[in-house]
Amino acid sequence: MNQIALNEGLSQISLFFIYGAMAVYTLAFLGFASHLARLSSEKAAKSGSASKLERVGISLMILAVILHGTGVMLRGIAASRVPWANMYEFSITGSLVVVMIFLFALIIKDLRLLATFVSGFTLLILGAATSIFYVEVKSLMPALQSYWLVIHVMVAVLATAFFNIAAALSITYLFKTAKWVETSKVKFVGTLRRILALFPSIEKLERMAYRFNIIGFILWSFTLIAGAIWAERAWHRYWGWDTKEVWTFIIWTIYAGYLHANATRGWSGKRSAWLSLVGFLAILFNFTIVNLYFKGLHVYSGL
Amino acid sequence: MAISNSLSNSSDQPIKSPELSLGGWARWIWKQLTSMRTALLLLLMLAVAAVPGSVFPQRSADPNGVALYFDKNPALAKALDAVQLFDVYTSVWFSAIYILLFVSLIGCVVPRTAVHAKALQSPPVPTPKLLSRMPAHLKVSANNAVTDDLLIGAKALLKKQGYRVALNENSVSAERGYLRETGNLVFHLSLIGVLIAVGVGGGLSFSGQRVIVEGETFVNNLAGFDSFSPGTFFTEEMLVPFSVSLDKFEVDFDISNPTNIGTPLDFRAYVSSRTQVDGESKSAVIRVNEPLELPGANLYLTGNGYAPQITIRDKAGNITYSGAIPFLPQSSDYTSLGVIKVPDAEKQFGIIAFFYPTVDELTTGALTSIYPAPYDPLLTMNVYVGDLGLDDGLPKNVYALDTAEMTQVAGGKSGVKGLRLTVGQTVDLPDGLGTATFDGLKRFASLDVSYNPGGLWVLIFALLSLAGVTTSLMVPRRRVWVRKVDGGFEVAALARGDDLSLDKVVAEIAASLNSDPSPAKVTPSESNG
Ligand code: HEM
Repeated sequence: MNQIALNEGLSQISLFFIYGAMAVYTLAFLGFASHLARLSSEKAAKSGSASKLERVGISLMILAVILHGTGVMLRGIAASRVPWANMYEFSITGSLVVVMIFLFALIIKDLRLLATFVSGFTLLILGAATSIFYVEVKSLMPALQSYWLVIHVMVAVLATAFFNIAAALSITYLFKTAKWVETSKVKFVGTLRRILALFPSIEKLERMAYRFNIIGFILWSFTLIAGAIWAERAWHRYWGWDTKEVWTFIIWTIYAGYLHANATRGWSGKRSAWLSLVGFLAILFNFTIVNLYFKGLHVYSGL
Repeated sequence: MAISNSLSNSSDQPIKSPELSLGGWARWIWKQLTSMRTALLLLLMLAVAAVPGSVFPQRSADPNGVALYFDKNPALAKALDAVQLFDVYTSVWFSAIYILLFVSLIGCVVPRTAVHAKALQSPPVPTPKLLSRMPAHLKVSANNAVTDDLLIGAKALLKKQGYRVALNENSVSAERGYLRETGNLVFHLSLIGVLIAVGVGGGLSFSGQRVIVEGETFVNNLAGFDSFSPGTFFTEEMLVPFSVSLDKFEVDFDISNPTNIGTPLDFRAYVSSRTQVDGESKSAVIRVNEPLELPGANLYLTGNGYAPQITIRDKAGNITYSGAIPFLPQSSDYTSLGVIKVPDAEKQFGIIAFFYPTVDELTTGALTSIYPAPYDPLLTMNVYVGDLGLDDGLPKNVYALDTAEMTQVAGGKSGVKGLRLTVGQTVDLPDGLGTATFDGLKRFASLDVSYNPGGLWVLIFALLSLAGVTTSLMVPRRRVWVRKVDGGFEVAALARGDDLSLDKVVAEIAASLNSDPSPAKVTPSESNG
């Protein structure tokens, strides 16, 4: 008779690390936000202390990612398997990957201005994970006991992280090109305009979003194929239009549309940025609403 | 990215209004259909059209869900059915979109393949007149010592960097990254391969379901299945004769981890299979992610549950029913529901029975199961007398009893308590119907027997298209020109798609060609890229 050992205590310690990471992300977020505020302030004198704030923010983010990573690892050890088998685990692992990719990308490209967005978004995901999605450590249901869980889900997490960063760039692009931002006389929009002025040019934003999206698209294509191979093993058919399969397909098709848009006259620029955003919204929808409310074979939210 | 258009082979020009001849119309429509804009719109339409299939239950994936929808909401269901919202992925409108998309794809990719094949055999395009119009451009002043061997040097340099190079009168033109277009074409063509493999494979496929109790044997012919769905081209000869017996079924439930009690850890179906009538039988284990591969079909484990063995005797002690009946699990604690129909008794009657693997009584008196393994199994029975409806020859669901025309004689409001049996126990049935005995407990497995020869081909084409798209998106394609001018030379480059390093490429080429590089002499033209 097969039995397993789940470590309840360790999963509690893991949760403490996640809470700790959230606290430090909050500090980092506040640091980045006030950095942006100072940079955009009309008094130039303040910008000297601003870059110091940014450096503190990055250091805090590195500390947070270490806590976060430890929490994820402990969760895996507590369950004696990969830590991405339900929504809680997928959220903490996915957001960890986003932050890690972001920090690595910082070495290559100057994306520091996105830090406010990334830390804020991570905080939001971790908040939802710990408050809404949290479940005790559970064993894997037999259908999930497969090395495809490691491959398929890991690549899906990676793809999501790339799409996520691209979506952040596209949002910035859309704000920067929006007419109302340019012309509005409201004070708040004026501040926003000054903050946006600090970001790279719209051409650069568009290109960087494209870079992240093509990597995301390749990874997502792989996710789709790996999922089909796994479905053939577990459910006797490689494709059956199960709700989750449907949404994987929809997301893939939207991003294929996005890639086309970039080569179609009249569709590059704003429209393609919208598609990049719609694609990411479909991913969020797939992960939340479809997981929780739609009926299907992929019942793994654990809720 | 506006740059890409100048290198793009696809016709993306505004389309002239058509002449009114029939041929003119046809050509105009074809041009519209194969334009990039149409492809984009069809892709987005396909994404939107796929959505309702995740909202409404689909006959292919969830036939019970559809039946339930019809029960609850007959009028609405009828309306939805009229526009094929329960069969989205085979509907006329969904099919129309993807067929148009693939016609567009073929119309777009075939000519591009021809153009690309020609481009692969011809030298790079001649140097354009105005190099300063290119997205990356540098003008370098250099002395004669440099310009004399400039073109020979440029040719050698670019060749070494993987460019295909042509030496012109006073310039060199070079191009690299043909693999980008090759990858793009392989990607699009492989998608056609995927579609064909899905279609043909689906037609030749079949899938059948069978519930099999421990000790039973399944024989691979049409009579052996509980339900069967063949593809369009299926013939009965495609069923390779083999038989599979379920020797034993085992489940491990977690019993040691407090938060995880009762969660299934593993399902194992121990089977012996025989591929020839007198052949030796081979034993194997089927698990959820580990199907049994037999010639002409794979066997998958898709479900399991308990099958209590029950014997019914009449007043005289003659056996009127005996067998192990699969009970359908109703929840994760394996509280299960089963139906026994006894048509051959003096008075026809049926039993709706509940099975509790580890029974517990709630304070309300209702029964429940607190653990899915059979530590304290109990069977309860409600008995109904009346016509079972088996005589009119219509197929009946063996898991359901239609009690509308029957009278309840035990359980519920009948005045007689529902019957309760533990293993080995015999109880009297009401109304002089005889006795029921709970002889023992077996398990059953639901097996799916599936065959799809297209799967492998779908995978091959899918991987080809993945390789194609990766190549296409990762390999930069660019053209580079070097031209001798009075007092120096020019370097320019043009990229297809997104190429962040274009300026750097030009600067590097200029630097290595100029053996006397002094930065002051390098004057970039105003860039428009
Ligand atoms: C099943 C439908 C289609 C899908 C899923 C699809 C997908 C894609 C993807 C993912 C790309 C970007 C990767 C690459 O450049 O290789 C792409 C590029 C391209 N597709 Fe399609 N496509 C489809 C149909 C079409 C059709 C019908 C046309 C012609 C009208 C077309 C023309 C092109 C062209 C010209 C490019 C290159 C764009 C560039 O230069 O960046 N595609 N397609």
